[in-house]
Amino acid sequence: MTVTDSSQIPVDRAEIERAGQEHFDRIVAADSRIEPRDWMPEGYRKTLTRQISQHAHSEIIGMQPEANWITRAPSLKRKAILMAKVQDEAGHGLYLYSAAETLGTPRRELNQQLLHGRAKYSSIFNYPARTWADMGAIGWLVDGAAIANQVPLCRCSYGPYGRAMVRVCKEESFHQRQGWEILHALSHGTPAQKQMAQDAVDRLYAPALMMFGPPDSDSSNSDQSMAWNIKRFSNDELRQRFVDMIVPQAEALGLTLPDPDLKWNEERGHYDFGPLDWDEFWRVVKGGGPLNAQRMQRRREAHAEGAWVREAAEAYAAKHTTTTTALIGD
Amino acid sequence: MSFATIDSATKQSAGTAITAEEIAEGLHEGHTASPDVARYALTLGDDALILAQRLGWWISRAPEMEEDIALGNIALDLLGHARFLLTYAGSADGRTEDDLAYFRTEEEFRSCRLVEQPNGDFAHTIARQLLFSQYAYLLYRELAGSADSVLGAIADKALKEVAYHRDHATQWTLRLGDGTEESHRRMQEAIEHVWPYLEELFTDEDLHDRLEGIAVRPSSLRAEFDAHVADVLAAATLEVPQVPQAMAYGGVRSGAASEHRGFILAEMQSLAVRHPGATW
Repeated sequence: MTVTDSSQIPVDRAEIERAGQEHFDRIVAADSRIEPRDWMPEGYRKTLTRQISQHAHSEIIGMQPEANWITRAPSLKRKAILMAKVQDEAGHGLYLYSAAETLGTPRRELNQQLLHGRAKYSSIFNYPARTWADMGAIGWLVDGAAIANQVPLCRCSYGPYGRAMVRVCKEESFHQRQGWEILHALSHGTPAQKQMAQDAVDRLYAPALMMFGPPDSDSSNSDQSMAWNIKRFSNDELRQRFVDMIVPQAEALGLTLPDPDLKWNEERGHYDFGPLDWDEFWRVVKGGGPLNAQRMQRRREAHAEGAWVREAAEAYAAKHTTTTTALIGD
Repeated sequence: MSFATIDSATKQSAGTAITAEEIAEGLHEGHTASPDVARYALTLGDDALILAQRLGWWISRAPEMEEDIALGNIALDLLGHARFLLTYAGSADGRTEDDLAYFRTEEEFRSCRLVEQPNGDFAHTIARQLLFSQYAYLLYRELAGSADSVLGAIADKALKEVAYHRDHATQWTLRLGDGTEESHRRMQEAIEHVWPYLEELFTDEDLHDRLEGIAVRPSSLRAEFDAHVADVLAAATLEVPQVPQAMAYGGVRSGAASEHRGFILAEMQSLAVRHPGATW
């Protein structure tokens, strides 16, 4: 088929595809960046749109368990840090949606996919944040696992995602440190505080390990993503790296990781760890986690209750395209 | 209608800001608050703290992600003001900001009823913000020239931030007032809901007489407040409410006329009071 481009020169669609694919392959082979205006295979666009929007949804839903403790934070300093952290997460959501939009799907549509249950978000946020110590364990374990996942994504072949990840990772490392600090204060505090810290780690350890996704043997999207330089390491490799990292950290905290099989394997040069409950993982993924329904209900309520506000802003903008400038000044 | 009086905070330039460390340093050098100054700082600090506590609820519940961030930012600024003011107030008798925030009773708080009002829908929150941010803007503008150098420095920093809060509230009042029929109705209802609690903000107390030159006399801010708010409401096609003012039953800021304060504190203090003496 012959189509006409903006400069009115007739071009061949098949020829564009062939040249585009060649350019794409060359960039991927050179481990360089694909940018929004570059030609890309439909599968690449679809995979990235799904992955980046899921990541954005996770940031937005992930605000809930921590927002749950803003009003009850036990010191004003902790309250300020927690507010800033949850606010960072909204910021991450915003720039991830922006990165996803460069692939052609508007934020409004991505949001609809979340609200109608057609899009997923990280399952970890379907577990409750029961005590203040969960703010520590979420920072240390959940943000820690997120960093292990996201640092390699800074080198993702898709430019806007890779660059967003650089900034996200910087902030996440602060988040992890503040989580560690909360647990450190608790584990060096009163016996009740230490118990609170241990209980949170007991509950969140296994779900945090499952954040890396199913074992490599059951992971459907991995190979293609590796070939496209979206993903750099397999789920199991990242999980192992994370376990190796947190074992000495747990020792420094004086807390125990709830896994009797956890031990150093001299031969492998890694920690061995026990099996994870993948039935539970799939159950939560499919909507049956402790708080899936509550998290979605809260997001839908906020969206529905904000509808009249968004409509008002649009109506005002339509009426006042000129007077707003006069009001705000220049 | 006059747009000239509706300044935009985007015109403000960033200045030199005081840091918590500087306040702490000043306090170490022996500059502690007198009992009267402490009571005054506590009054301002409690307003900021309770409003931050209310606004913090919105994070993850706002109409747009941008508003989660904006309301979160405003709450963080206010919490910062509260921390400075409570730290300074506590210097009078060796108490920390947390002693004052978590271990005072309902009767001991000095917050005004306006900031204690529930968040309601977004219009109620914006109406409360419009009134409080305009009041705080005028207050801190005057307090920046206080004879008490610590109060002056805190006010100087807070002024730059509340200027943004005022801009945010003004921009939303315009959009809700002059948006859709529904938003207009909600915004008018909301402004009427918070209006009865204005008088308390502008009521002078003996404390202000004793702190002449140090504290700002609340009644002195009223005329400019009224003129500015009337301008914003007019620009937003809203009416200035004609509703009775709620009497200061039991004393200004006594909490005796508030049924909200106890619930706010019950939530805010719940964890800290279960672990007295603990470090977090």
